[in-house]
Amino acid sequence: MSRRRSEQRLKRLIMSLTTRWMSGELWQYREREIGTIIYSLGCFPSQADLHDLIAEVEEDQTGYIHLDSFLPVMSKVLLEHKFPPIPEDLLLQAFEVLDKEKKGYLEHEELTKYMTQEGELFTQEEVDEMLTALADHEKNVVYYKDLINQLTIDPDM
Amino acid sequence: MGCGTSVATETRGKIVEPDDTAKTPCPALTMKAAVLIQRWYRRYMARLEMRRRYTWNIFQSIEYAGEQDQLQLSSFFSFMLDNFTQLNENGPDLISQLLDPVVDPWLGRETGYNLIPVPESYSGPRLSFPLSVSDTNSLLGAFKEQQTLHARYVLQLLYETKKLLKQMPNITHLSTSYTNEITICGDLHGRLDDLLLIFYKNGLPSAETPYVFNGDFVDRGKKSVEVVILLLAYLLLYPDYMHLNRGNHEDHIMNLRYGFTREVMQKYKTHGREILQLFQDVFSLLPVATVIDGKILIVHGGISDQTDLDFLSSIERHKVKSTLRFPRRSLEKLDIDQSQRQMKRGRSTASSRPSSSCSHSKNQRTPNQRKRRCGQRRQDSTVSTSSSSSSSSSSLCSPRTPSALSPRPCPSSPSMPCNVNVLQVPFLDSLSSVAPPLPLQHDLEWKQIVDILWSDPKTQEGCSPNIFRGGGCYFGPDVTQRLLTRHGLQLLIRSHECKQEGYELCHGGKVITIFSASNYYEEGSNRGAYIKVGRELVPRFYQYQVSHTTRKLTLTQRVRVAEGSALKALKEKLFSHRSELLSGLQQYDHKNTGNVSVSDWAQVLESVLRLDLPWRTLRPHLARLAPDGSVEYKSCFEDMESGIPLPQVTPNMAETLFRYRTDIEIIFNIIDKDHSGLISIEEFRHIWHLFSAHLGVDIDDRAIDDLARSIDFNKDGSIDFTEFLEAFRVVHKLENKDQQLNEKMDGDKYS
Repeated sequence: MSRRRSEQRLKRLIMSLTTRWMSGELWQYREREIGTIIYSLGCFPSQADLHDLIAEVEEDQTGYIHLDSFLPVMSKVLLEHKFPPIPEDLLLQAFEVLDKEKKGYLEHEELTKYMTQEGELFTQEEVDEMLTALADHEKNVVYYKDLINQLTIDPDM
Repeated sequence: MGCGTSVATETRGKIVEPDDTAKTPCPALTMKAAVLIQRWYRRYMARLEMRRRYTWNIFQSIEYAGEQDQLQLSSFFSFMLDNFTQLNENGPDLISQLLDPVVDPWLGRETGYNLIPVPESYSGPRLSFPLSVSDTNSLLGAFKEQQTLHARYVLQLLYETKKLLKQMPNITHLSTSYTNEITICGDLHGRLDDLLLIFYKNGLPSAETPYVFNGDFVDRGKKSVEVVILLLAYLLLYPDYMHLNRGNHEDHIMNLRYGFTREVMQKYKTHGREILQLFQDVFSLLPVATVIDGKILIVHGGISDQTDLDFLSSIERHKVKSTLRFPRRSLEKLDIDQSQRQMKRGRSTASSRPSSSCSHSKNQRTPNQRKRRCGQRRQDSTVSTSSSSSSSSSSLCSPRTPSALSPRPCPSSPSMPCNVNVLQVPFLDSLSSVAPPLPLQHDLEWKQIVDILWSDPKTQEGCSPNIFRGGGCYFGPDVTQRLLTRHGLQLLIRSHECKQEGYELCHGGKVITIFSASNYYEEGSNRGAYIKVGRELVPRFYQYQVSHTTRKLTLTQRVRVAEGSALKALKEKLFSHRSELLSGLQQYDHKNTGNVSVSDWAQVLESVLRLDLPWRTLRPHLARLAPDGSVEYKSCFEDMESGIPLPQVTPNMAETLFRYRTDIEIIFNIIDKDHSGLISIEEFRHIWHLFSAHLGVDIDDRAIDDLARSIDFNKDGSIDFTEFLEAFRVVHKLENKDQQLNEKMDGDKYS
């Protein structure tokens, strides 16, 4: 995809995420929105990568991003495949690593502990959301094998 | 801590696990596993979030486009009023009553309720005035049990409310020093469950728990009657602790389209009309703004750069019965500003849109006038009336045929509009008895109210006409700041826009949007919220969400449901604009291959449908791709068809009927005085003729006659319009298949 086309596509994408945004605008972004956009484009930056990216485009730590600075940086990320995706089969193995007793599922407390204490830490809010979204509500556990499909299938784009 | 003898390596291919006997994986591995899961999960949520957002956009765009359609309807009603005598000899029909009130608006609407008998068998609340807590409690109880309040009490309630409201100023001033925290709620739109949830969580209105409800109590939801009765009852009970602001839906013309009128007529078959009349009065008497401690301004929509609270306090608010009825204006004042008409994204004004735009048959206009009239199409819903860039008043209504202050029947035949040279518009209601003030003053007053009820904030500075809505303005942070400074305020709280979290801040925190109808677009679409503010004037937000499903849907399922619903609505839009879309697309397909490029496809859809949506992202849901990556554009319409095939109906007619189905239904309901569900063929023909003339759709009489005859299934000279409308409901052929597919993908175990 040419740079120009990807920029246009990006612009549209961002516009669909922020209502009635107009070009030339300073965009008062929310960090999660940046993540959303980048992930939606198929990139897998780490949190550190994300922060670096934001630092690169943000206007002097004001909390504002000028879209004209954001677009070329983002296009570059896309064109250079800067944050490539991780293969799906690893996901199951990752869960199995955490499931020390090989139960086939993870309990709420287990998952919470790992997500909030290891790796690229989740906030409490993220964990709560994850549990609400993914856990079996009757048994209060996460059957990760069944989740893999859900987490990796991309029906739309 | 050692990892044992094996080394955990992560390559592109796999993680090698340590020794099976080790119970605890080494920390590096755990961390890597955690990171993997976290990253995947974040991505998953991001995709879901994006789908939720564009689903949102779809709903919102269609909603606002629908509101623009509303303008057509209101001018149509006035057109009908101006152009033909009553359809039925037995007294004025509802349309006349609603749009053309008696000379003195306060007479003739009153004490009829005394004469209405309440049967012994009625088991609902029997209110006694002045109201007491036991009355409001019995109302709450009754409504929870799905009971309906007897018409006699409704009328009495409304009458008492009218008396009370007449004494209230336009702007209510509250103080936190006498009360505890004040609770501020946003749009309810007939959602009784949300109101009850608020009362449950926060407490019933009382001296300890004062409330401000910021407009839009009715329309869209199914329990508008109950919601508004409860609010008015509390207003009567505790006028010092219960405060209501008017919203743009507290408007009888909006109610015609958005459900309140219909709901009233269905619940109150005998007295519905009187009830609606009183509601009209009550709505126009509602205060338009509330100020807390002289610091927090609460209005339903927003402000404009012309908003002046002192001026606003001085006008007679009840005169603006509906913001959709344009104040009187002479032709010279209409200055159609080219630059104003341009939509934000510079959409070109396609000239090939003869239908559905000009609201008049062309023969009565001089070429010059016609040009200007046709300039006010639906797509260019902004027409400025003066050079001021913020003026958008005329966009709410297109001027139409002549009418004097008190309309008289047109001498010529009903189907021929009167031939008059000067273009006028109907005068504001109820002013016919008073010597009309200077027209200019009138416009300014009307504009003050429109801006308060319809405006939306935007991030850019400045103030521009709100073309999205067709009324009010977009106001920027500078406009907010100026108003706040001018009146010594520090915060603006408004509603009017649905927000996913129930509330949203903007303009550096100086503007808060508060919205109290959860699941507004669809189950799970959004939360509702309310604000509590105390003496320190710091707002605190409380969110909630009403849930109707007995089983808890997972997040994915909820997003899917909402998405499915939005896409369905969108497809129906496509279907009802099929001819235009096809002709637009064919212009890019010279070789008649049936394919166009994705960008051409997106371009055509955007310009025909005038919906600001991410078409490329939505494309996979709407149309197929050919092997070479181009769009097979006819595939958009494949899985939809009309309810009952009607061979007499030409595509043009069918589409018009699809598009205006809701409006036609309303018209039918209004015409059908005895609520039999039937109208005579004569009435049908008449209405249809006017409607299509009004829209500028070219349909010959014979086609209409054929249609009428074919719908008269039992050949008795009357049409069951439910059956008729059924024919013009869009059926989604593949719906069941899609649902099955969805279920499969989500996994049945999570259902």
